[in-house]
Amino acid sequence: MADLKFSKDHEWVRLEGGVATVGITDHAQTALGDVVFVDLPEVGREVAAGDSVAVVESVKAASDVYAPIAGKITEVNTALPDDPAQVNSDPTGAGWFFRIEPADTAEIDALMDADAYQTFADSQA
Amino acid sequence: MAETLLETPLASLHRELGGKMVPFAGYAMPVQYPAGILAEHLACRSGAALFDVSHMGQAELVGEGAAGALERLTPADVKILKPGRQKYGLLTTESGGILDDFMVANLGDRLFLVVNASRKGVDLPAIEAVLPAGVRLNRLEDRALIALQGPAAVPAVATLAPAIASLGFMGVTSTEIQGIPVLVSRSGYTGEDGVEISVPAGQAEALARALLALPGVSPAGLGARDSLRLEAGLCLYGNDIDETTSPVEANLVWTVGKRRRTEWNFPGAERVREELDNGPKRLRVGLLPEGRQPARAHTPITAGGAAAWETVGEVTSGTFGPSLNGPCAMGYVAREHAADGTALDLLVRGKPLAARVAPTPFVPHRYAR
Repeated sequence: MADLKFSKDHEWVRLEGGVATVGITDHAQTALGDVVFVDLPEVGREVAAGDSVAVVESVKAASDVYAPIAGKITEVNTALPDDPAQVNSDPTGAGWFFRIEPADTAEIDALMDADAYQTFADSQA
Repeated sequence: MAETLLETPLASLHRELGGKMVPFAGYAMPVQYPAGILAEHLACRSGAALFDVSHMGQAELVGEGAAGALERLTPADVKILKPGRQKYGLLTTESGGILDDFMVANLGDRLFLVVNASRKGVDLPAIEAVLPAGVRLNRLEDRALIALQGPAAVPAVATLAPAIASLGFMGVTSTEIQGIPVLVSRSGYTGEDGVEISVPAGQAEALARALLALPGVSPAGLGARDSLRLEAGLCLYGNDIDETTSPVEANLVWTVGKRRRTEWNFPGAERVREELDNGPKRLRVGLLPEGRQPARAHTPITAGGAAAWETVGEVTSGTFGPSLNGPCAMGYVAREHAADGTALDLLVRGKPLAARVAPTPFVPHRYAR
């Protein structure tokens, strides 16, 4: 399985076969608490890095999920709206949000690796 | 602008229990424990949850004429309150807004008051300002307040203090729990049976530990307190009621005493009377969105559908109700849109979310009789 890369907005990205899968990090789901609702982007939408493309809500609060890279949304996790708790139980697996065809894979290379993200997340605590 | 947060006498216990501390009304308070808001909420509905509400203001009014003095600031009938009984009421402003909501208990020789943390700095000086000679307000800053809520709460605490089992809803008594002198009222802010226990600050932690050791009792934070009270249709001051909302608009006319509605001698009586006669322009209502998406405070409420959007109100509190297993909210809408069942749209992030006006509580109250 390809290594995860991380954004400063607490998304993870996994590039496999030319398609990037995106979700929110374990740090993010812990901070958010029990996820009760997700709103996913439309398949086919062209997005720029930093665009707000999805929403994740816990009992307490709503948070935006941003596109960590530019590209086209090719698929969303259709199981998630009916079982949003997967974001908590398996954030980097079954709790993925959407897949994106990168406009430029160099944008993924520029994201943080696991160690750099850990340091970043700790600095925000 | 780093302001120092106040702590309650249970602060170190919260940290020991893994509470996630957040600022609330000037205090560091646990928003949740490791179990999380959802689990804490459900634990309260099925068993018993312990909440630290020591940030709230406690005070007593002592002296001949204390009830009459308090009535100068509230439309509640305080004089009718019998010893050992408590009631919910509103403090009103001269322009008919709500200064705060509060609990008042008749302890025989004095009145016992509980007011909101965020408003105690406003309420207590306002009360002091109207006191006649011979009536004194004592701030009880050396007392903590612990709420034990849920169907298992009274059966559990009654094993330590049997007198509590015979209290009716809104009954108040002084008793002892494991040798600690406490003032107990059978009331709360969750819609469940339960008690609120006023205790000397120095013995609060010992009491909390004794209660947490009882079967079925777990700690719950402000997050669960908020979702529980919203499912129960109870107002949060600063969200659902404030100095701009009147008791009539807030659908809290039941807190205006019958006698007070003949005297009209409370602050803002003119507005209350006018709105009772002619109907208020807007009303606080319950709202049930379709689907699972919550609509939060300040979400605009529209009517007329996509063809002719017209803003008719605003959500004041909204969340996902764990017991409801769905979203619920309350807000103010223009009176012509306030009937139960009225279809409205909530503009969440610019997109209309279909909702209906619904009666509250969303989850039935289960108070003691």
